[in-house]
Amino acid sequence: MEPVKVLLRNPRRELEVHGSMQVSTLLSRLDINRETVLVIRDGTIVAGDGWLGADDDVEIRPVISGGMA
Amino acid sequence: MKCRVCREPAIIDIRRHNANFCADHFLKLCRDQTVKAIEQFDMIKPGERLLVAVSGGKDSLAIWDILLDLGYEADGLYLGLGIGDYSDASGACARAFARSRGATLIEVDLPADYGYDIPNGSRAAKRVPCSACGLSKRHLFDKAAIDGGYDVVVTGHNLDDEAAVLFGNVLRWQTDYLGRQLPVLPARHGFPRKVKPLVRLGEREMAAYCVVRGIDYIVDECPMAAGNKHLGYKESLNAVEATSPGTKHDFYFGFLARASELFRPEAEGEQADLQPCITCGAPTTAEECAFCRLVERAGGHHPDLETGAVPVELSPTRPTLARPAIVPIPGASV
Repeated sequence: MEPVKVLLRNPRRELEVHGSMQVSTLLSRLDINRETVLVIRDGTIVAGDGWLGADDDVEIRPVISGGMA
Repeated sequence: MKCRVCREPAIIDIRRHNANFCADHFLKLCRDQTVKAIEQFDMIKPGERLLVAVSGGKDSLAIWDILLDLGYEADGLYLGLGIGDYSDASGACARAFARSRGATLIEVDLPADYGYDIPNGSRAAKRVPCSACGLSKRHLFDKAAIDGGYDVVVTGHNLDDEAAVLFGNVLRWQTDYLGRQLPVLPARHGFPRKVKPLVRLGEREMAAYCVVRGIDYIVDECPMAAGNKHLGYKESLNAVEATSPGTKHDFYFGFLARASELFRPEAEGEQADLQPCITCGAPTTAEECAFCRLVERAGGHHPDLETGAVPVELSPTRPTLARPAIVPIPGASV
């Protein structure tokens, strides 16, 4: 079974996760606070209970910006 | 996960509202919350001209998009900071958005117009980059608004930004800053009115808004901001929010309702001491304003003053020394 390919940012890096799983499980496995990211597949946001499966390319996009001005 | 409104599949959960939304109802929520903030704090009056401070990031492009959809006359102002590839990419996002909406984008470029950039200028002036950046933005947004005859400067500060700033100000009991931390700063003493219509919406919502609307924004973090205190405050608040949804909202709106007024006299006292800057005429509490001192220390120059223009008396409408260049966007109304 093909892995789920995951793109992370700041810094930009990629990893592969094996097995199908829900978005909430993926974030929990990666120890990422769900309040700080969006999970995007093919330009569409995937909800926390959405399933990720074989061959999916997903981006975990941070939503925090640091400018104070 | 179903949409709270229509029961169709949801794309986003907003835990502080204990609700999920489909794409259409999520966009409606963002617009409704913006309208609610504008009305709640009396931010904008009918027929006023707005200048949106645009960075190319999610918040500024989202608020510009929402205001245009709501029918406001809103132009954008992009400030080129000279931060290498980051500035190139963020400027491209701002221009692409303006083009797609047929909106007017005004551009000011720090290196080209003022002779310094944030990385080198902040070092020369012995300021941290975020401080030099914020100072430059505040001064030049104010100036562009006054010069261009805009009634209001709109910024994309969201609930997370305001809660983090409040957290930092409370940790250090910076009472003068607390007195000024409002969603609306009224026009006075040569400053334009400044409003923050996104204070009822969180950072995650604004990123989601852009994704759903197909707005291409600069996702990567500013390289100069890495490790700054503001990001640390956000991280701390998000850790609390994860186990107690709604904390950031209650913190910020509780402050506005119950504590903000207590700090107002100190901030107003400072305003009473304002006088025109001897170099540029902008209101300042010192002889020369902080921006002019930054320009000088950063080895830059004032394009205005090279034309031979001189500052004049401080008034509600500050002296017009030079107008920023309006860059025509093909297909846009200028």
